[in-house]
Amino acid sequence: MNKTVNQKAWFLVLPVLLLVAFSAVIPLMTVVNYSVQDTFGNNQFFWAGLEWFEQMLASERMWDALWRQLTFSAIILAIEVPLGIFVALNMPKRGFWASFCLVLMSLPLLIPWNVVGTIWQIFGRVDIGLLGYTLDKLGISYNYTQDLLAAWVTVIVMDVWHWTSLVALLAYAGLQSIPDAYYQAAKIDQASRWAVFRYIELPKMAGVLMIAILLRFMDSFMIYTEPFVVTGGGPGNATTFLSIDLVKMALGQFDLGPAAAFSIMYFLVILLISWVFYTVMTNLDKRDGV
Amino acid sequence: MTDTSIQAPGAGSIPGRVTEAKVNTARRKTPRINGSAVVMGLYLLFLLLPIYWLLNMSLKTNTEILGSFSLWPRDLTLANYVKILTDESWYIGYVNSLIYVVMNTVISLAVALPAAYAFSRYSFMGDKHLFFWLLTNRMAPPAVFALPFFQLYSSIGLFDTHIAVALAHCLFNVPLAVWILEGFMRGVPKEIDETAYLDGYSFPRFFIKIFTPLIASGIGVAAFFCFMFSWVELLLSRTLTTVDAKPIAAIMTRTQGAAGIDWGVLAAAGVLTIVPGALVIYFVRNYIAKGFALGRV
Repeated sequence: MNKTVNQKAWFLVLPVLLLVAFSAVIPLMTVVNYSVQDTFGNNQFFWAGLEWFEQMLASERMWDALWRQLTFSAIILAIEVPLGIFVALNMPKRGFWASFCLVLMSLPLLIPWNVVGTIWQIFGRVDIGLLGYTLDKLGISYNYTQDLLAAWVTVIVMDVWHWTSLVALLAYAGLQSIPDAYYQAAKIDQASRWAVFRYIELPKMAGVLMIAILLRFMDSFMIYTEPFVVTGGGPGNATTFLSIDLVKMALGQFDLGPAAAFSIMYFLVILLISWVFYTVMTNLDKRDGV
Repeated sequence: MTDTSIQAPGAGSIPGRVTEAKVNTARRKTPRINGSAVVMGLYLLFLLLPIYWLLNMSLKTNTEILGSFSLWPRDLTLANYVKILTDESWYIGYVNSLIYVVMNTVISLAVALPAAYAFSRYSFMGDKHLFFWLLTNRMAPPAVFALPFFQLYSSIGLFDTHIAVALAHCLFNVPLAVWILEGFMRGVPKEIDETAYLDGYSFPRFFIKIFTPLIASGIGVAAFFCFMFSWVELLLSRTLTTVDAKPIAAIMTRTQGAAGIDWGVLAAAGVLTIVPGALVIYFVRNYIAKGFALGRV
């Protein structure tokens, strides 16, 4: 759509600008402030330069958390994206069953995140949870509060449970936009199921899938509530992801300097991914606009 | 065999003449349709089982939960729900949550509507940068903001109030609303605006009388997502409240920390938090993907 140049449009954007500036810029400035200062208490601060950044970059704790975080994000993407596509391909195309599936699949997306944690906390317990009880009866030792592997499996299965539907719904929306004529043409050419997927469905879904992957990456990268409720970051530090570690540092120990430096580096990573996301989005808009 | 391959196109679909090819595709098709149904069935089972388990637990007494293991409540009881709905320290959590969630939805939509219109219709200095900056706030990790928010709202005396949480959630909900609404607004042809202005409508009158009804579904979707994301968030709402505005989510975690956990009540509280989403989900079912993808699908 051709847009008119109109500088007065700024007035329409002004409320948003002020509101978001209030809730984003001021807090971020506080963080920046803390990241370059040190204190001996009594609200007396002095300049510390890049000391905190150097300390954080050298700290094993942050690298461990980052490493765990990346592993977690990689694993859930590797499961959720193919599974989501697979589910989308098997969804009914229209009619009552399509609505039925859409409604039930959306359900986990709308559950408060701490309740998602509670659900899995209960579900996985050996004494009262269906999953834990069944595994226990099958003779598999499973205890997500003690055992490292079980904790990871629980957190990952929980995330797959929670968010695969999002990938599926987005992929499904992409599939719906493919005209029937494409499938008819493929049928005339006697294309195999795989060829239809590879040369018709996948390219048509590519844009939407890119959004799904980026969204899942971003959201998994700042996951806090669900693992916090289930494992509390444990056993030990086994499931302490970036956000959990940051909150521990900032609100638990009030290590303001390191926490602030940590925050800023965290935020820069997010900024980078946001930019990729934005580029994908605008390219998609352009393509649709033609 | 050779007979079917040289048939005229479409001959297979002539009613009453079942050709070999048709029989073949039909035979091949039947298991495939069933295959899809099986896949969907299994997937939905996987999704619903944990939720069913929570529901199951919420209808049991604590003795039954801890004493025996059963797939459905033998001794059906609504006592857990009664406790939550009559004990003020419990139900006040829902009231608090609802208050700040509704406040947040109203504020977000009120500021996002004009802004989304500006983004969808006009180009102005710095519009792309601003749009991108909004996106980064949607993506910002709440953990980064928890401590600064705590200090900011304490210093201006808003700590432990509903409005503080509502404003804090604007951090990610306003950008979300702007992006979703912009996605819907770009679908409305610009000619409508121009015709209205030619007919002598002023901007506010045009916006309220003509434009708003046109994007009513978009507003509904944006409102739904603002409501949802504010409802599901815990970290900020927990950090910014202690007593007076404590959300249900925080009350639930506090109970979990206690030595003896009241599983039945915890499960019932969980079930009740799912209700608002489950109630309206049917109306937005076709827009869920669009909303999560920030209006771009």
